[in-house]
Amino acid sequence: MISAIEFIDVSKTFAKKDGTVQTVLDSVSFFIPAGKTTVIAGGSGSGKSVTLKIVLGLMRANSGRVLVQGNDVTGAKGKELEALRTQFGVLFQGSALFDSLTVFENVALPLRERTKKTEEEIGSQVHASLSQFELDGHEDKYPAQLSGGMKKRVGLARAMQLKPAIMLFDEPTTGLDPVMAQEIYQLFAKTQSEFGFTSVIVSHDIPKIFNLADRVIVLNRGNMDVFSSPEEIQWSEKPHIREFVKMTMGDIYQSHLVEI
Amino acid sequence: MKSNPIANLGNTGLYVLTDIGRMTLFLLKAFRGIFRQPFRLKELVRQVNFIGVGSLSVIFFTAASTGLVLGLQGYYSLNKFGAEGMLGSAVSLTLIMELGPVLTALMVAGRAGSAMCAELGIMRISEQIDALDCMAVDPFRYLITPKFIAALISVPLLTVIFDVVGIAGGYVAGVSLMDVSPGSYIEGMRSSVTNHDIRLGIIKSFVFALLVVWICTGRGYFVREIRGAGFGAESVSRVTTQAVVLSSISVLVFDYLLTAVLL
Ligand SMILES: Nc1ncnc2c1ncn2[C@@H]1O[C@H](COP(=O)(O)OP(=O)(O)OP(=O)(O)O)[C@@H](O)[C@H]1O
Ligand SMILES: [Mg+2]
Repeated sequence: MISAIEFIDVSKTFAKKDGTVQTVLDSVSFFIPAGKTTVIAGGSGSGKSVTLKIVLGLMRANSGRVLVQGNDVTGAKGKELEALRTQFGVLFQGSALFDSLTVFENVALPLRERTKKTEEEIGSQVHASLSQFELDGHEDKYPAQLSGGMKKRVGLARAMQLKPAIMLFDEPTTGLDPVMAQEIYQLFAKTQSEFGFTSVIVSHDIPKIFNLADRVIVLNRGNMDVFSSPEEIQWSEKPHIREFVKMTMGDIYQSHLVEI
Repeated sequence: MKSNPIANLGNTGLYVLTDIGRMTLFLLKAFRGIFRQPFRLKELVRQVNFIGVGSLSVIFFTAASTGLVLGLQGYYSLNKFGAEGMLGSAVSLTLIMELGPVLTALMVAGRAGSAMCAELGIMRISEQIDALDCMAVDPFRYLITPKFIAALISVPLLTVIFDVVGIAGGYVAGVSLMDVSPGSYIEGMRSSVTNHDIRLGIIKSFVFALLVVWICTGRGYFVREIRGAGFGAESVSRVTTQAVVLSSISVLVFDYLLTAVLL
């Protein structure tokens, strides 16, 4: 398998005000295979968003190396970093929409700034993808006028415009109703089979998200457990994984027993 | 941890040095943005509209009142020596070389500089600048360079308007309200203002424009790096205050330096 992203002994710590150190990633190594969907799970505050920011070079790891398609992100600067970033489509956990631009302008921005497409081509592409995300009729609204779930969908549409090689989605379906979430998952599956991008999805939507996953990474107290399939996670002997499985998916082995 | 005064001093020194380094790099990147494609003409027009056209009424008002006061005050002082005839010269030189550039820059810092700083600060804390970075859209070319160019176009023009309105204000005060003759006001101005004086005023206005836009956008862009700024909305408000104070002070300091060197 070709790796799209590879972490080698990566550590990330934050200094706290009282002088102590919080270790978020404790010398983790893993790789994310190209063309597949990897789901990153783990409790709140376990370091999922931090991991994505390290991949993007928005945060620097304290030690270790991070490779994106074989190129080191950790020391990259300026043009080199810019070149690495052209490979990504990113949905931030907080959507990070440009709040002085309309929905249409937000989604059109990467096309306007990074391609030589005409306004007409941009217009039709943007409208097509807005309707995929059921945002027709909201083109002229500003982010402040959108609901939480709508912001997520605009962020998703914006991330997908340039058909990047690697998609990073930080909680794509948080705040969406189950039907919409399901539709988004189907859209992911469909676009991925069309364009073959690598996708990394941070999600709390377990077990549903596992339908999409080729691999699952569970973050816990600075360590990562990598499972090469969602099924494998269920057979893990590690107590914290068993606990995680039990909490998120229910007690699968004894599902016929009703616990009170 | 116990704080040790020498360590504190060292830390502060180090912080100031990094801050200067950071801001210098910021300035270079802002200018590099001019040469990067695609150039954002529309945004430039929008910014000129905001910084320049939007400041017109404030500049007009400040200039008129400054001119009127200069006229009255100048008349009062000059009258003591029987030299009211010099009023045109005194008012125009003071405005062109000194008050025009300085007050215009201070007004722009308060009005447009604070807004630019807050806008960038909010974009930074809500990850919008990170989002630009991730789209490989250069935030300097996209956000900051247009503000720099707009300020460098607008502030000198505003200064010229300030000068003209101020001189007219002085005329109203001296000629219409007091008894200076129109001919001597105009003649005093014509005979004493030289190209050198006008050039000094223009150089000042460019330098001040650069200082204001540099400090205000830079503080907003680096809102997370600024010591003692805190977090979130509070950090943006503190940094905005800091940007306006810092840019106003540097305008005054550079005013003295430029006058001392170029006069
Ligand atoms: N800039 C920062 N400075 C200090 N600590 C930080 C910073 N960013 C994140 N952290 C800390 O790192 C830890 C991991 O944060 P992260 O945002 O990655 O969590 P997460 O796994 O994405 O959680 P959630 O599911 O709630 O989004 C948290 O304890 C957080 O407080
Ligand atoms: Mg997160």
